[in-house]
Amino acid sequence: MGYQFAAVLAFAVMAVLFALVVLMVGRLLRPRFPNDDKLSIYECGERPVGSAWYNFNPRFYLIALVFIVFEVDIALTFPVVVVYAAWIEKGLGFVAFVELILFTVVLLVGLAWAWGHGDLEWIKKLSESPRKTDRSGLVAPTARPGV
Amino acid sequence: MRITLGLDSTSLSRRYPRLAILATLFMAFGLPLGLYVAALAVFPLNTPERLDAMAEQWLGYDLAGSPYRYIVYTAFLLLVAFIAVNYTAVFGGVSTWVERRVAGRMQSRIGPNRPGAAGFLSWVADAVKMILKEDTIPAEADHLLFRAAPYFSMVGLLLPFVVLPFGEATVVTDMNVGVFYVAAASAFVVVGILVSGWASNSKWALFGGIRGAAQVMSYEIPAGIAMMVPVLMAGTLSMQGIVRAQGGWPWQWFVFQNPAAFVAFFIAVTASLAEGNRTPFDLPEAESELVAGYHAEYSGFRLAIFLMVEWANMWIMAGLAVTLFLGGWQVPGYGAEDYARLLGTGLLPAPGWFGLQLLSMLMFVVKTWALVFVFIWLRWTLPRVRVDQMMSLCWKYLVPGAFLCFVVTLVWQLLVPPAGVAFTGYALTALALFVLAKFAVATRRNISKVAGHRVDLGNW
Repeated sequence: MGYQFAAVLAFAVMAVLFALVVLMVGRLLRPRFPNDDKLSIYECGERPVGSAWYNFNPRFYLIALVFIVFEVDIALTFPVVVVYAAWIEKGLGFVAFVELILFTVVLLVGLAWAWGHGDLEWIKKLSESPRKTDRSGLVAPTARPGV
Repeated sequence: MRITLGLDSTSLSRRYPRLAILATLFMAFGLPLGLYVAALAVFPLNTPERLDAMAEQWLGYDLAGSPYRYIVYTAFLLLVAFIAVNYTAVFGGVSTWVERRVAGRMQSRIGPNRPGAAGFLSWVADAVKMILKEDTIPAEADHLLFRAAPYFSMVGLLLPFVVLPFGEATVVTDMNVGVFYVAAASAFVVVGILVSGWASNSKWALFGGIRGAAQVMSYEIPAGIAMMVPVLMAGTLSMQGIVRAQGGWPWQWFVFQNPAAFVAFFIAVTASLAEGNRTPFDLPEAESELVAGYHAEYSGFRLAIFLMVEWANMWIMAGLAVTLFLGGWQVPGYGAEDYARLLGTGLLPAPGWFGLQLLSMLMFVVKTWALVFVFIWLRWTLPRVRVDQMMSLCWKYLVPGAFLCFVVTLVWQLLVPPAGVAFTGYALTALALFVLAKFAVATRRNISKVAGHRVDLGNW
């Protein structure tokens, strides 16, 4: 068991060593003539406008939240899935079946809720915003496909 | 500054045409074959007990009681990891050449054909060029994270090789949590993508990085649930255990033993394409909208590491699908007792055992390469999907579909007797062969419909 952990560690160390050694060798061979233009950040040939470290779209955050729920489910389901065949042999198949189905149904309800709530829609509809009730007759601008 | 070594490859190969062919043949067959033989020679010894026994028998040295034993074990593990890292580098290089040749063929052009016979050495030339290129780091980037990102990707690439079985005995370690470990370790690549996107301080890279994170995270879910189907059928998480639960003939593979597994195979392959950022899901680096995505600011060998990880990841994606669904290394006609009989009880097994092991590695390698070819064909056939299409495909189609496969497999395992499973195996294999035949006939008909066109397998 400890040897298996050591194998994982050895592979991680070797992966780092591989990149490190090649980059060190490259350092001896490659040219290095930096200048301001070369070291500027690429923005289609223009001078970059501001920094890129700004707030990004909260849709990514929603996806991350939904992901955590499902990933925890997968982590908790795997142990039961492994013993399922053994339980069937012991005659306890239906117990494991009902347990797994219950767990899955709870999650599917969660998926249906997120779906109905619109959290799985990448393009948010602006027509649901207050602008819809605006009587000026202006058509709400169509949503752009996301970043 | 111009360095002339007098080793211009074109003039050299023109003067000695045989040299180019010999060098190509050596690189094309010698390098991978040498790595496979090294893996076969080294990987089976990779337990402390066998190392102890070997030192005792051949050197008369009591390793188990020696104070230096941990140094020996560590050195041996690093040797194993060294073989694996070389394999990833060689596979990553060779697959770029294969991809460019296939792309050339599919787009009616030649593709790389200068260095070596059929341009095979172009991946070596690429690597040499990448090492010699200037490595620029933008002045306004986060220097520490910018330098660290390729290491994360590299670690995420190499870790799944710890449990990926290449043959009956050719596996580094056979963990009892193998499938779970692969799912966890391969997600490490996305840390590299996210870190590189953030550290570049470029808008293109930032969008590519967070897109990559959202995409890989989303597709973990259907991939994870689809991977539960073979685990349910085998009753173990160990990769070797899952392969041993299957057989050599196609109707003994998990993909054909259960209609839900047949669907789960396609869900798992689609999800792993998305996790590996392969077209049609290469949105983190969509060059039509994001320049180069998360590696827009990278150059030189740091860029090469990202590209190598991306291509070498194909081996893990395909190898995982082959292991879980397509019978892994199982050789038709040889069962577990044949391996045990040939292994014998001595320290060194009979020569026939090595032959059988090489045969089993060949089975795995051929199946995995076939799947890698399918990935390459998909890339040059399908257009890139949009972000919203990619997200709705995952959450609205693949996740419910994977859950359905999971539930059907639960019922199937509970109710269907072994005779029914065997019958399903034959029926689904026949169905798959029928579909393949129909596909070939339809392709031939569509090609010959155009005046003057015909199926030509000669001009590659």
